[in-house]
Amino acid sequence: MNGAPDTSFTFTVNGESRTARCAPLARLLDVLREDLRLTGSKEGCGEGECGACTVLVDGVAVNSCLVPVCQVDGAAVATVEGPGLEAVREAFLAEGGAQCGICTPGMIVMTKAWMDECERAGRAPTAEGARKALAGNLCRCTGYGKIIASAVAAARGESR
Amino acid sequence: MERTVGTDIRRPEGPDKVSGRAVFVADLATPGAWFGGTVRSDVPRGELLGVDLDPAFDWDRVRLAGPAEVPGANVVAMINEDMPVLAEREVRHVGQPLLLVAAPDAETLGAALAAARPRIAPLPAVLDMEDAPDVLHEILIEKGDAPSALARAARIIEGTYRTDTQEQMYIEPQGVIAWPPDASGCTVVRGSMQCPFYVHKSLVTMLGTRADAVRVIQVETGGGFGGKEDYPSVLACHAVLLARAAGVPVRMIYDRHEDLAVTPKRHPSRVRHRTSVADDGTLLAMDIDVLLDGGAYTTLSPVVLSRACIHAAGAYRCDHVRIRGRVVRTDHVPYGAFRGFGAPQVCFAVERQMDRIAGALALHPAELRRKNMLRVGDTTATGQRLETSVGSVEVMERVLARSRFDRHAWRSAGVAREPHDSQGARKRTGVGFSFFFHGAGFTGSGEELLKARVRVELDQGGRAVVETASTEFGQGTIAMFTALAADALGAAPEDIRIAAADTSRVPNSGPTVASRTCMVVGGCVMKACAELRARMSAASGDESGPFADRARAFLAGGGDGLAEVVYASPPGLVWDEEHYRGDAYPAYGWAADVAEVEVDLDTFEVRVTRFLSTVDVGKAIQPQLVEGQIEGGSLQAIGFAHLEVVTTEGGRFLQDRMATCIIPGTLDTPPIEVELVEVPFPHGPAGAKGVGELPMDGGAPAVASAIEDALGIHVDHIPATPERLLDAWLRAHPEEAL
Ligand code: FES
Ligand code: FES
Repeated sequence: MNGAPDTSFTFTVNGESRTARCAPLARLLDVLREDLRLTGSKEGCGEGECGACTVLVDGVAVNSCLVPVCQVDGAAVATVEGPGLEAVREAFLAEGGAQCGICTPGMIVMTKAWMDECERAGRAPTAEGARKALAGNLCRCTGYGKIIASAVAAARGESR
Repeated sequence: MERTVGTDIRRPEGPDKVSGRAVFVADLATPGAWFGGTVRSDVPRGELLGVDLDPAFDWDRVRLAGPAEVPGANVVAMINEDMPVLAEREVRHVGQPLLLVAAPDAETLGAALAAARPRIAPLPAVLDMEDAPDVLHEILIEKGDAPSALARAARIIEGTYRTDTQEQMYIEPQGVIAWPPDASGCTVVRGSMQCPFYVHKSLVTMLGTRADAVRVIQVETGGGFGGKEDYPSVLACHAVLLARAAGVPVRMIYDRHEDLAVTPKRHPSRVRHRTSVADDGTLLAMDIDVLLDGGAYTTLSPVVLSRACIHAAGAYRCDHVRIRGRVVRTDHVPYGAFRGFGAPQVCFAVERQMDRIAGALALHPAELRRKNMLRVGDTTATGQRLETSVGSVEVMERVLARSRFDRHAWRSAGVAREPHDSQGARKRTGVGFSFFFHGAGFTGSGEELLKARVRVELDQGGRAVVETASTEFGQGTIAMFTALAADALGAAPEDIRIAAADTSRVPNSGPTVASRTCMVVGGCVMKACAELRARMSAASGDESGPFADRARAFLAGGGDGLAEVVYASPPGLVWDEEHYRGDAYPAYGWAADVAEVEVDLDTFEVRVTRFLSTVDVGKAIQPQLVEGQIEGGSLQAIGFAHLEVVTTEGGRFLQDRMATCIIPGTLDTPPIEVELVEVPFPHGPAGAKGVGELPMDGGAPAVASAIEDALGIHVDHIPATPERLLDAWLRAHPEEAL
């Protein structure tokens, strides 16, 4: 694909060790979606603008459409399909944070990253904080209000 | 009895959406599928002489399909049959499809597309709608005698208003997958779409085949907003041609660049108002001229113009109204459906005109609206007498009570607002207002002609399966139908299943557009369920116990578990299509918005800081979903007002990526405070009217009004970009020009 011969890359995805043979510059998003058939991460732009492809690499949220797979060799990748997101999913269901659902995987993963960050920093999760954390994730359906509410409810563990 | 209606059930499809399990078109596993792509025109107008295939590329690696491969008619069947699936000689817009290519992988496809070079002899293009000679459609609405009234008028207030195009920007780009004909000769298409039967119709026409030889299935659809109303028909025609040529399934899934470059967007508009008003602000006569740029082909333009004209006089009472509308053909990419369908453009114009009138008479904008707003018993521009479900007064008074806009000295009657400092920048704040309505359902006799059909069927497990062609793409169709069906059957939401929109399985309940899904199709769902319930209780006389048990017993006892309903319009509706007179819509949604803004006096950047919307939807079947619709629609309207810039040059859209084709993100979004008012519509399901499009109409004029309040300059052209505002500011303050 990118000139270089296919290479083996091993990393964990949602806690399981996976190996992909592909070009070193293959996009992580394509490797997840095509090679590993984890299609939860979405492509809205392919250029780092929409956040629909957000995944965690060693706990850090990245746009997987911009990350070449060679950069995650040996790393821990977490996607929307993974464990540990139950509270976030529940909050998005309860608060109406998902409409068409195409931005939702990215929103959920980014919310998780924000919650972890709040916890690490000992910061109380606020709507303003969620608004900033989700600034790189576009949604065309919701007007964001219910997404912010979902994120805050998840972080405070208080979804109805 | 309402048990589920009016409460918030969870979206039945929600768990799949929040876990990554929901299958969108790009997620479908299609082993052996090839990739489809399109060779396009790079000029707006010309004569196609041929497509040169570079001999350096090995063309045996790919399959091609050109116009000669179209088995039936080379048209995308919509309203008119003027748009070819693939251009033959005449090229009418940039990006026009000329030749299709399928390849076993994306890389080969890219190489093939780069090696195919169209030869087009360019011709002069028509790119300015003002001097476009070709009229695609015209409409004239006349009430009373506006020309005479204006000729006698003591005071005429004039204004010209413009709106640019707007991109739907569903986050999932367009895509379909087509399979070659199966053993029985049936062609199957799955894809992201709003209207499977539109796609079906266009494929039947292009293939020249029988209706049952085409099957179209909607898969999870990542937003539409009108943008997936007509274009999936084009895409499906292309993918089907390639699947036939290649003999394997073909995936045609656009990337964002291609989607932005070639799919239809909102019609640009120019609307002129001439209004005669009495000293006290009473509207005496309105003369309105609506011009829309239709782009290269008819597509949906006549219907967009229709909705535009009917809404052009706004939600106001006036005895003498003349509305002339034209949509013209240019050599732009065809414009199409976007939430609101012509109404946001004309609502912007009429609301700005009302503010202009208020300014001229030194009346408060809220007072001017109060004086002229349509109320029960009044007649609209088409002469429709409003009898019922008119929430005009409620929405206006409630939003004023919440915002206190009527106490706000709008434009300070000529007194400039003091700039204030905020983090070192000179800023001014302003507040604006809009009042509007939106007709629910198809215009005029549209529903009568369509005759939507809906089926509800008890399955062996005792669940009621609701079969419609209405699609879910975020609005909440599934949850809304579930709630209506549950209540009408005396069942729980768990007893209801909503069938996939598959043209081979469901009856044609019509397209998922025009705010008609709840009011029209939802009403049919309730009727079918009520019929089943009546049969069940006639058979057993007992409504206790779980629904599934009763349904199974009913079927076991030989009961007929299938009910089909055809839509019947509310009695007494009369529509004269020729003269555009009469009952344009069965019901209207009503709303009023207030926007607060802050404008930076150095950069002229606008920030919307607060947004309030009070909306009469008749009945909120699922309040949380309705709020979600209003919040999302309002934000699209805010973007339309000041942020979302789409410009063309030489017939090409300049914004070709998300980085430049901006939509609001969380930091551009104010708190949106929605209040629902319920003035029930007796013929709607549980009193409901439409909500989908309404919130798109009022946001832009409210924001423009707020900018005008802040700066004291007219905002007549949106988006109100910093460049446009600076221009207007310098015209008003020549002393500041450098
Ligand atoms: S697809 Fe990666 S940011 Fe849009
Ligand atoms: S829910 Fe549709 S884009 Fe966010």
